[in-house]
Amino acid sequence: MQGVTMEGGKEKPAYRDACGIIELNPEDLKELGIWHGTNVRVASQHGWVIVKAIKATQGPHPGLGWIPMGPWANRVIDPNTYSMGMPTFKGVPVTVEPAPDEKVLDSLAVLEEML
Amino acid sequence: MTKLITDVVCPFCGTLCDDLEVVVSDDGKELLEVNNACAIGAEKFLHSQAKDRLTRPRMRNEDGSWREVSYDEAAEFTAQMLAKSKKPLMYGWSSTNCESQVVGSHVAELVGGQLDNTATVCHGSTLIAVQDVGVPSCTLGEIKNRADMVVFWGCNPAHAHPRHMSRYSLFPRGFFTAKGHRGRTAVVVDPRPTDSANLADIYLPVEQGRDYELLSALRVAFRNEQLPDVVAGISKEKIYEVAEKMKNARFGCIFFGMGVTHSLSNNHNIDIAIQVTRDLNEFTKWSIMPMRGHYNVTGAGEVWGWQFGFPFCVDLSRGFARYNPGESSSNDLLMREEIDSVFVLGSDPGAHFPFSSVKKMNALPCVVVDPHITPSTVVADLHVPVAFVGVEVGGCAYRMDSVPIESHKVVDAPEGMLTDEEFLKLVLARVKEIKGV
Repeated sequence: MQGVTMEGGKEKPAYRDACGIIELNPEDLKELGIWHGTNVRVASQHGWVIVKAIKATQGPHPGLGWIPMGPWANRVIDPNTYSMGMPTFKGVPVTVEPAPDEKVLDSLAVLEEML
Repeated sequence: MTKLITDVVCPFCGTLCDDLEVVVSDDGKELLEVNNACAIGAEKFLHSQAKDRLTRPRMRNEDGSWREVSYDEAAEFTAQMLAKSKKPLMYGWSSTNCESQVVGSHVAELVGGQLDNTATVCHGSTLIAVQDVGVPSCTLGEIKNRADMVVFWGCNPAHAHPRHMSRYSLFPRGFFTAKGHRGRTAVVVDPRPTDSANLADIYLPVEQGRDYELLSALRVAFRNEQLPDVVAGISKEKIYEVAEKMKNARFGCIFFGMGVTHSLSNNHNIDIAIQVTRDLNEFTKWSIMPMRGHYNVTGAGEVWGWQFGFPFCVDLSRGFARYNPGESSSNDLLMREEIDSVFVLGSDPGAHFPFSSVKKMNALPCVVVDPHITPSTVVADLHVPVAFVGVEVGGCAYRMDSVPIESHKVVDAPEGMLTDEEFLKLVLARVKEIKGV
């Protein structure tokens, strides 16, 4: 879905619905006290973003959160390249907390919000 | 009457499937149907037909709104911006053909540009590792015809390269692989039990970021040396079992993806994966291949390889080519604020760079050449929509195994739209005038 929506137009809501998410293990959802489809605030030491928490589609992977490639993930990843050109896109420690009243922004707005 | 165009090359991922069939209207203007493509490839073709598509360049006004400008004005703005800059970043070059990449590098040479392609956030680590230790590789055709064991390490072809497994790596029957899927052993190594893992005979749920340890353990197992009970979350029995299977394969290939290039220790993960392949060649025949994504990103590396000797992160600011990832790579240049303008063609750093880099881009003069509206256009001062390469214009592209393939045009671009190559030629001519060369 991620790839199809990227090619279908990144300004469209379908791209936000496919990539503005975090996949979490059912147990982790339970621990957060939320259901599949609740918006959450994901924060790392590099930034924060509001995404929708969903039950892992390719899981289980306890303790791991997975946000697809896109501007939502890029607001929380580690930009440090450790002298080799590649930002650290994976393995970034994050905290997840429920934010049911916040909105998941589309791909253009998620940038505009912080520029 | 409609026309059927056969043997069309798909411009989505690095697999470059070349068996697509496209139905177009009689006048060659409308694309009606795409057969044989995966869902993503088909969407790429069909989206070129979107009714809300931009067909003329647009320039940002003071208040942030857009106004339409001509291609000549767009080329003038771009040429002036690049010629005036001390160190312009010229990024992208992946969703376009090799012909455009060549013109782009001529422009970069004249303006002292920092040339970088999408490998910088993708398989850049791979390119560094290959330069460090070499690479035992082969073509996808050899995999199809010979491989009886395949390993997918940190990649998920079921989603990212949807036809890779059916055309080349897992399912097809080839010359020496008449049993197809039943004759192949597939191993998937990934912290997440992905949809590709569901198709595997053996799944190794490696702990996130522990690929180096597991690869190292395989090298120990090949030599029948002692292992601790558990390495990277995998039991030693499992590791010995997989190592034995790999040693006894007739022909194998390790395919690897973002799982290893994006985790910490990036290029070292690939260094040791290549060493694993090398070890295996003591016993039998093995290859290793990066699962390259972005259409012609391999081509960008090849073209710059001939022209400058380096596949990405090429610094031309001193009048000759320098290469030092970490210094001459897009994200580091942006972070250190060494760049004074940004030119983007054939990719979307707005969506795929860390947010802090995008913020820096926003503060600089920025031209984006892209048929789509993307997060990159949010930070652009000038957005130049062009014809879709691979759909509305043909040209040379390189497959993930570095095999060049000539792609075809299937429909006409909307009236009056330029291709990447034509636009770059306008810019090149103007830059030459400004520089007096």
